[in-house]
Amino acid sequence: MPQQNNNMIEIRWHGRGGQGAVTSAELVALAAIAEGKNARAFPSFGPERRGAPVLAFNRVSTGEPIRTRAEIAKPDVVVVLDPGLLRIVDVAAGLKEDGVLIANTKKSPAELKAELHLKQRVATVDATAIAREVLGVTIVNTTMVGALIKAAGVVDMESLREPLKHRFGHLAERNADAMKEAFRKTVIEE
Amino acid sequence: MTKRVGIEVSLAVAEAARLANVDVVSAYPITPQTHIVERLAEMVANGELDAEFIPVESEHSAMSACLGSAAVGARTFTATAGQGLELMHEVLYIATAMRLPIVMAVANRALSGPLNVWGDHSDVMATRDVGWIQVFAENGQEAFDLTLWAFRVAEDPGVLLPTMVNLDGFTLTHVIEPMMLLDEAEVKRFLPPNHYPLPLNPAKPVTMGAFATPVHYTEAKKAQEMALTQAKTTMLKAWQEFADLFGRHYHPVETYRAEDARVLLLTMGSFGETASVAVDELRARGEKVGLVKLRMWRPFPFEELRHAVQHTDVLAVLDRALSPGGPGGPVCSEVKSALYMQEKKPKVFGFIGGLGGRDMTPEDFEALIMRARDMAHKGMESEFEMIGVRE
Repeated sequence: MPQQNNNMIEIRWHGRGGQGAVTSAELVALAAIAEGKNARAFPSFGPERRGAPVLAFNRVSTGEPIRTRAEIAKPDVVVVLDPGLLRIVDVAAGLKEDGVLIANTKKSPAELKAELHLKQRVATVDATAIAREVLGVTIVNTTMVGALIKAAGVVDMESLREPLKHRFGHLAERNADAMKEAFRKTVIEE
Repeated sequence: MTKRVGIEVSLAVAEAARLANVDVVSAYPITPQTHIVERLAEMVANGELDAEFIPVESEHSAMSACLGSAAVGARTFTATAGQGLELMHEVLYIATAMRLPIVMAVANRALSGPLNVWGDHSDVMATRDVGWIQVFAENGQEAFDLTLWAFRVAEDPGVLLPTMVNLDGFTLTHVIEPMMLLDEAEVKRFLPPNHYPLPLNPAKPVTMGAFATPVHYTEAKKAQEMALTQAKTTMLKAWQEFADLFGRHYHPVETYRAEDARVLLLTMGSFGETASVAVDELRARGEKVGLVKLRMWRPFPFEELRHAVQHTDVLAVLDRALSPGGPGGPVCSEVKSALYMQEKKPKVFGFIGGLGGRDMTPEDFEALIMRARDMAHKGMESEFEMIGVRE
């Protein structure tokens, strides 16, 4: 695998159409760019059907500009927005040995790690419950950004303020709350 | 002041049209172009852009409305993709013949069937001969810059030709990336107001879109051919002015690590960036390889292309469109044709890939470059190969 540079983090988002995986990737890219980093977000361009498994991708680099536009086959980070996908999609496919899988599930990271037979780090959070409580809907795109920041860093939570405002207007504050709550509640198993 | 922002490429193209202060946008939404015109419709609706947005029932009508608006001297923009471009097809020639400076972004997409909304160059290749100026963007920054540049060139009194800015569907249109956007004052320094010399005006009647018998048709076609080839001077001048003002340089043919390369790969559009990663990887292994990127498609940059490949032994050309039953890809055919009369020329191998949104990784580009090298070493002959086909 040609490495463009060692300062690049590649993230693969797994969601279902309508759940907001593409939005999650967009928010992370906008926050990273606002921090002066190089970043890209793009969807997997699969069938745009509500409920169908979809992918979105991020490349974030603290080094040179990003060039490759290929889909991410060997991610550093995998984020799973829908617990149901854990059973039907090989979400950890290609995940780097020192990578991390972050999932929205009621299960503990140890449980999920055993279930998926993973060697990599695993982080979990019940994002659906957080989103229902804080946002009143079970859309977990912003919630899982909080989990990502807890488990993988990538961007500072503060850098999400403007992108959230731009994307959600008067609902930005509540989405920020959901993100922060997920940051607090995400549990990581080394 | 120039500012660095993260923005979806489609929205940046819409922003370029807004900064150009377009008077009329007429378009029909079609994936993967939709975000461009959706954003423009929003700008018109909320007062960010003082323009007429003419919603129409088809792309044929969209281009027809553009003919009318450009003919009265209004700055005119539209965007389409794939089947939409094909539905416009017959009207595209009329824009050329009437010398109307319409600017159109094409979010390059495959053609049916099978139905496929993803990226390749089948759509633009089918409109190769419509007489428009046609250029390709490699990334979002270029899509933004070239859209502004397109108005400057199309409306130049010495050009007056419709201009198409091609950007790959999805792999460019749907990507958020950092870009340097310009502001109104900067754009004003580069782009003068549109002064169409002979606009439709009831007080001063002119004939547009006239009929031509066999006595005149050939001369009219010769005039169109001259207009397009001569437009190149203005295209280059506008790129130079753009570089002088904003520091970003554009050329008809661009190269990457090509100077001493024994094997070159030629691409168009967004594949160039991914392919450049493959070139770096092969260079790191000691392979003398490089990249040639064709930005200007019409008029075809014969001299620049010959210059770019003059010292190499092998040239691999990747087409994202197929000419069924023919010589393979349209780009490769034209490259071969441009080199045919040269005494010293590289061995050219055509490849077809990236059809209908098929992803190509840096490893795929490495394999392609090495394949061309090996074919040359073995003395193999081939019209073209379709790569990545599962059999």
